Amino acid sequence: MAQDGHDKHPRYFLIFIWLAVLTAVEVGVAIPEYSVVLKAIILIGLACAKAYLVAAYFMHLKLEKRTLAAFVITPFLICVFLVIMLLPDITSDLRYDGLEKSQTEVVNTTDN
Amino acid sequence: MEEATTLDHSEDVYEPSLTPDSMGKLGMWIFLIGDTMSFGALLAAYAAIRAGAGVVGWVPPSDILGINLTAAMTFLLICSSVTMVKALESIQKGNVSRMCDFLGLTILGGVIFLGLQAYEWYHLIAHGLTLTGIPEHSISGDVISGSNLFGPTFYTITGFHGLHVTGGVIYLIVILRNAWSGRYTADFNHEVEIVGLYWHFVDLIWIMVFTFIYLL
Repeated sequence: MAQDGHDKHPRYFLIFIWLAVLTAVEVGVAIPEYSVVLKAIILIGLACAKAYLVAAYFMHLKLEKRTLAAFVITPFLICVFLVIMLLPDITSDLRYDGLEKSQTEVVNTTDN
Repeated sequence: MEEATTLDHSEDVYEPSLTPDSMGKLGMWIFLIGDTMSFGALLAAYAAIRAGAGVVGWVPPSDILGINLTAAMTFLLICSSVTMVKALESIQKGNVSRMCDFLGLTILGGVIFLGLQAYEWYHLIAHGLTLTGIPEHSISGDVISGSNLFGPTFYTITGFHGLHVTGGVIYLIVILRNAWSGRYTADFNHEVEIVGLYWHFVDLIWIMVFTFIYLL
């Protein structure tokens, strides 16, 4: 019975400490200037870790049926797919910068 | 045809039907899954717009937005999530007054969060970050003006989240009123659990918004 109660209520204080520490690490990692890609990977990784802690322990997803976890993970995967679908848009813009870009735009408008 | 008949007359239940408790919970989960897509679409659009603007076309968010204030807001939401789980834990142990205390603290956390967001918006607008404009910004002496889309994307995403917090506060107040009138007991408390799901989701979304809008 005691074991059951313990399972149902994980040590919330420990999760709280973890979330607070990860937030502090995030801010610490974000401030200095270095590779944008590396920073993005670290920050998104930390955010996902925090999101996992909230969903698994505060929302008790860890104690629910596995099927529910599958339901919940689906929209996150679809969101990642959404970004991938938007990638062509992003990369086609990145090829031009500054003057080159405005020239291309002018050419495009005259074509139309 | 034959298969369908067998299924109709089958005595063993493949999956238990939804009880009032589990139906409410599943309903909230389905809503949250849909809401994830709303925020996901907003953040994906933000990513596309920002990457399209390039490095020089987008002012680094930390130059305009206050990271320390929003880090404090993140911490505040995490705290209010903890008080929310403590409220549920209290009622599952049958302690009504303790649950009311923790629900009250959760509401307080949400209200302070909204107050801080209003304060932040007020200052940003005063400094010239509007739906159409962006404050002038200098990188190594050269005054540049980043993409005008900084404002609209920022206010849309944080505003949509703020609306969720507002809704959550109202939802929590309704639950607290029910709790005061003695509606919940150690055996009947799924409504507290469901409001908790919503509240933790709002916290989870803020973790993402904080990372993508403020830190990156």
